[in-house]
Amino acid sequence: MSLTDKDKAAVKALWGTISASADAIGADALGRLLVVYPQTKIYFKHWPDLSPNSPSVKNHGKNIMSGIALAVNKIDDLKSGLNALSEQHAFQLRVDPANFKLLSHCILVVLAIRFPHEFTPEAHVAMDKFFCGVSLALAEKYR
Amino acid sequence: MVEWTDFERSTIKDIFAKIDYDCVGPAAFSRCLIVYPWTQRYFGNFGNLYNAAAIIGNPNVAKHGITIMHGLERGVKNMDHLTETYAELSVLHSEKLHVDPDNFKLISDCLTIVVASRMGKAFTGEVQAALQKFLAVVVFSLGRQYH
Repeated sequence: MSLTDKDKAAVKALWGTISASADAIGADALGRLLVVYPQTKIYFKHWPDLSPNSPSVKNHGKNIMSGIALAVNKIDDLKSGLNALSEQHAFQLRVDPANFKLLSHCILVVLAIRFPHEFTPEAHVAMDKFFCGVSLALAEKYR
Repeated sequence: MVEWTDFERSTIKDIFAKIDYDCVGPAAFSRCLIVYPWTQRYFGNFGNLYNAAAIIGNPNVAKHGITIMHGLERGVKNMDHLTETYAELSVLHSEKLHVDPDNFKLISDCLTIVVASRMGKAFTGEVQAALQKFLAVVVFSLGRQYH
């Protein structure tokens, strides 16, 4: 299910609209992940505060969206574009890749909330495919 | 036996009381057919599903979206007996319609996204968790009679 030119154009177009709110989107999505899928909290036991509006969540949400921005930039070759991030996730963070799907879903929900008109079914399918591609690239170095 | 908190019960009833089935049903179902096109396999007799515009404008799609919402409403009214409530529909989906139960999760995700877009900021993480828990139990009940 690789990204067609149409998908890439749709992702870039939507990113153009949403990128100004990237930090808020990231914080909202991550906060949501921790509430909707509480098992994901295990990766953040070192944070003093795991509530949605905490500084740790806000900051990390920002980091995540920087990664997404990088992926949009490297959309033509996600595998090599996200190589360093894949190594980090594989050897240091060791996040079970099943969680990538959960966070992707939370980001999509946040987009639906914040951009109900722009997040059309066509934009949705392109973003869903994009996040699948990003997740695959992130899992590349795992084994 | 699923345990529901007071918050979960009131949230689910509240969501289904407030949403417009005629709007949300068609929007969620058409989104599912567009985002996960392999789900179209079950709707060969629905007419034109050629592209997103055709799907969104298709009256059979709209009608079936509304049917799905009424099906979910039965669950909302019987939250403590979901397995029994959906036993017959589970048999139907397995024996007659031959629907892969993994597909139930796909429509459920699309419905979550459509409800989120309608509710906006009111769709907090806690509300999302409640809706997803309800839909997960419905999905489980619908898959229960498969063999």
